[in-house]
Amino acid sequence: MNILSLFVVIPVLTMIGIVMGRDMKAVRWIAAVGMFLQLLLAIVVMYLYFAERSAGNTAEMLLTYDVEWFKSLNIHYTVGVDGISVAMLLLTGIVVFAGIFASWEVEYLQKEFFISLILLATGVYGFFISLDLFTMFLFYEVAVIPMYLLIGIWGSGKKEYSAMKLTLMLMAGSALLMVGLLGLYFNSSTTGNLTFNILEIANQNIPLNTQMFLFPFLFVGFGILGALFPFHTWSPDGHASAPTAVSMLHAGVLMKLGGYGCFRVAMYLLPDGAQHLSWIFIILTTISVVYGAFGAIWQKDLKYINAYSSVSHCGLVLFAILMMNRTAMDGAILQMISHGLMTALFFALIGMIYGRTHTRIITEMGGLMKVIPFLSVCYVIAGLASLGLPGLSGFVAEMTVFVGAFENTSLFHRVATIIACSSIVITAVYILRVVGLLLLGPVKNDHFNHLEDAKWFEKLSAGTLIVSVAAIGIAPLWLSNTILISLQPIVDRLVSAAAMAHLF
Amino acid sequence: MNTFSFTAFILIIPLFMFLLTGLTGMKYKPIISGLLGTTGLLIVTILSYYTAWLYFFQVGQVGNTYTSIIPFNIEWLTFTENLKIHIGILLDPISVMMLVVISTVSLMVHIYSLGYMKGEMGFQRFFAFLSLFTFSMLGLVVASNIFQMYIFWELVGASSFLLIGFYYQKPSAVAASKKAFIVTRFADFGFLVGILILSFYTGTFDFDKLTQPGTDIFNSAATASFIGMSAITWAMLLIFMGGAGKSAMFPLHIWLPDAMEGPTPVSALIHAATMVVAGVFLVARMFPVYLFQTPEVLEFIGYIGAFTSLFAAVIACTQFDIKRVLAFSTLSQIGYMMLALGVSGYEGEHGVGYMSSMFHLFTHAMFKALLFLGAGSIIHAVHSNDLREMGNLKKYLPFTFITFTIAWLSICGIPPFSGFWSKDEILVAAFYHNKILFFSSVFVAGLTAFYMSRLFFTVFFGKKQHYHHTPHESPLIMTIPLMILAIASIFTGLIPFSHFVTADKLAFNTHLHLNIAIPSVLVALIGISIAFLLYFKEGKVANRITVALGYVYTTVLNKFYVDELYIFITKKVIFNCISQPIAWFDRHIVDATMDGIARITEFSSEKIKTLQSGQLQQYAFVFVGGTIALVLAFIYWYA
Repeated sequence: MNILSLFVVIPVLTMIGIVMGRDMKAVRWIAAVGMFLQLLLAIVVMYLYFAERSAGNTAEMLLTYDVEWFKSLNIHYTVGVDGISVAMLLLTGIVVFAGIFASWEVEYLQKEFFISLILLATGVYGFFISLDLFTMFLFYEVAVIPMYLLIGIWGSGKKEYSAMKLTLMLMAGSALLMVGLLGLYFNSSTTGNLTFNILEIANQNIPLNTQMFLFPFLFVGFGILGALFPFHTWSPDGHASAPTAVSMLHAGVLMKLGGYGCFRVAMYLLPDGAQHLSWIFIILTTISVVYGAFGAIWQKDLKYINAYSSVSHCGLVLFAILMMNRTAMDGAILQMISHGLMTALFFALIGMIYGRTHTRIITEMGGLMKVIPFLSVCYVIAGLASLGLPGLSGFVAEMTVFVGAFENTSLFHRVATIIACSSIVITAVYILRVVGLLLLGPVKNDHFNHLEDAKWFEKLSAGTLIVSVAAIGIAPLWLSNTILISLQPIVDRLVSAAAMAHLF
Repeated sequence: MNTFSFTAFILIIPLFMFLLTGLTGMKYKPIISGLLGTTGLLIVTILSYYTAWLYFFQVGQVGNTYTSIIPFNIEWLTFTENLKIHIGILLDPISVMMLVVISTVSLMVHIYSLGYMKGEMGFQRFFAFLSLFTFSMLGLVVASNIFQMYIFWELVGASSFLLIGFYYQKPSAVAASKKAFIVTRFADFGFLVGILILSFYTGTFDFDKLTQPGTDIFNSAATASFIGMSAITWAMLLIFMGGAGKSAMFPLHIWLPDAMEGPTPVSALIHAATMVVAGVFLVARMFPVYLFQTPEVLEFIGYIGAFTSLFAAVIACTQFDIKRVLAFSTLSQIGYMMLALGVSGYEGEHGVGYMSSMFHLFTHAMFKALLFLGAGSIIHAVHSNDLREMGNLKKYLPFTFITFTIAWLSICGIPPFSGFWSKDEILVAAFYHNKILFFSSVFVAGLTAFYMSRLFFTVFFGKKQHYHHTPHESPLIMTIPLMILAIASIFTGLIPFSHFVTADKLAFNTHLHLNIAIPSVLVALIGISIAFLLYFKEGKVANRITVALGYVYTTVLNKFYVDELYIFITKKVIFNCISQPIAWFDRHIVDATMDGIARITEFSSEKIKTLQSGQLQQYAFVFVGGTIALVLAFIYWYA
């Protein structure tokens, strides 16, 4: 069996284990061990990937495996990884692992909770390894649907409303995607040998009109999950109602499916469409970046602040993808990873703080630094990562995006870049506002004086994420180079499309 | 391996000390972290001095020129084939000089803090942050490329944020730290865009390539234009914006006085001697580019510097918080340094402005650190920052008094103290370049002498105060750094600076210009005399003058209401007019549209579902009605 298929097999085994688990202790340990194995697997795959590359294998996708699945429609189960998906798998591994420990003390229907959570993770893993559009879409849905249950059952606040809203909006995205994917499928071959395989479609020259027609479907379809303005409103409500681990996974990895999909499917397969229509989406994403940040300044609920901040940061991912050069796209992937890690950290900490103070309204808290120093210091680190402090991952990603975006010589791109750059100031404003109100100053509420600081599993969860954020921030070169090499085929296609676009 | 490989440890040691004391500091006694940090810094200081000796006297000069030496340069991140960020060390006269300044002042502050911060909650944290700051500042000055500088620039800002907000339970300190960070961040936004423009057109971040005189990499940037200015002008202007933010030049100066909320040793280290001169250092680092490519920007820098020095000096005359007086004085002195750069040329004696700017940076770091640490000693004794609660302290604080006197004479520009020599060179540079700037700086020299003497006389002489506790002199651990800095303040002026640090890296000789030195000393003496008359005894006359000045006085006392203007912009405009409407728009327009679509769907399905009533009669009716309608339609269309 192919090693990549283990990414799907291990979670399934874990879920079976959980079903058979006797009590809460057993259940969560099985989940933890399963997801730890997944993390190890991600590391092993990364290692294998590097080994193959250094052995001189220059194929676009490595470790590939292919089984015919549904013959009459030529649907295959095709998997394979390049530097980008390897990086995304590692991100998923870390976030899911940290997420299990952040939900160590779920009190209600533990088995079902962990099963749904792992099902969601399975979808994400499957999505990142798929090379067949249909399989990819299948895993995408597997990842999105458990979200409804997780928020609706284990959520808080207006959970039914939020769960419904989130699911409906993402389903609307799926509907658009379905149209786009079928469009690709029916244009995938001129000889009648239709296929869903990404690499094969990439060799086709789909006519410009078709591309222009399909591109919005795919970009918006994935973009909804990537919080593209104005389709981002599921995000604040959804995050606010979701339980801790779900927020972590959702903002940490699920929203990355959007960015990854835009990039792997919409941009890669429809380069001409991308060249012609990118300006619309550049405007939208530039708005996302600034708008999300300004929106965050005004919020009072910690999760809302973070949700808006995610709109801003994920907007930057899509923005960078649309800049269509190597550096900017490299920045986009780095930003996905960086945002995934730090936002997971944020949501984990918010969950831990909420578990103690029973409120998420920042004006009702204050001075937490004195009573729960460990969590507070972690929060400050997350904040500094978010506002792009060098030495943490956010800086690396943002700078790569900005330098890359600035490589475009047109005035339009330049102005958009400078507007997007201004987000570094606005981000600082809302991060420092939260830190000031929440953590610093005198302790406002006497009850808070007796709060307990982090327990071991909370320290493990936050520690894992902080170490990852710092590792990328301090030594970004290896990651950046891994991504850069794999970007070449995609960028080449976009560049030749650009050359064509200039001819007309 | 090469001669200077060891300089890597200048960066590694403080970073290591930060991680060590930051991660494990709570495990052992507070004093141990303090000693660890101080020992680490002692080693760094020794290494810096050794570097300076090696560079200036042994291997730095090739022929008559000081060369740039890059002991190492590690690739850190790749953007494109040309644009790569390296983390490295660049040794040339200004960076080596800065190493000496930073390590000296930082070491003094470390030692001083062992006494000053004793018993404070978070003693370990304080030393961890000091190490972080020292690391970042050292990394900034030795940066081999502009992006590395930006990286450490941000780190310096963050450590300054952490240290200003050290007393994190005090709301004013939290507000001040936030303000400092956001204002400088805003400036850094300009800096970043400047770097983006510059690097795009020149295809490099390296200082080595950028500052090569006569290089042609700026050609494309000089021809590209945007809104009436060339790309290179924009780039250099925006980069200066970054420098103006860090160095608190008008109108980005508002964070510095508030930053005095931090512990006094922090004010001495960060907000007087090192971080705030980063902007001056940046302009000096990019000096050839400013001078040869964008002389108009350099001119602008000179005027900004002159205006800030005047503006801040006027405000300093009215303040009552001892640290704020010193803060405004810092602004004013940094304005001098900027001014000097603005009026400088390149070759030989034409580069006297550049030389004097660096010279003043050096001497100012010593005497201003001394002033701040002295002020700390005074605050330590009387437990107040307010000048009105001080007076007649001479007999209680003998060491502080003597050292403070030296610093005071130095900043007033009285020979033979260090401030006189460097200020004199600045005035010379201004005199031969621009008469307006010259007269303004002479006037500022008088003002400086006045407000410093006001402070000095009020604190050490003035009226007798009734103190709750008898003020007592600080312990030796605090007074020894004062004495060392006092010695530095006396003698550093005698260093023949033009032999070491010059714009074209060739040594030249300077001499005393008596035609400028004598008037400037006289102006200073006038300032001191006025202050003597007003403040040496109880200041009744001074009060009468302030009353007579009326609105003028209150305007100055309130720092020309610049802070209020900023609060208006941030609170009223950005918060209430941008952020709040966006939040509202998002909830009530964008989100409501989505909800609206859902409602319409729900509503229409409610309506449509009544059609599926299950009543046979209704179905039959619809069926028959439909058939008839279709038949009629067919007849109409086809018959």
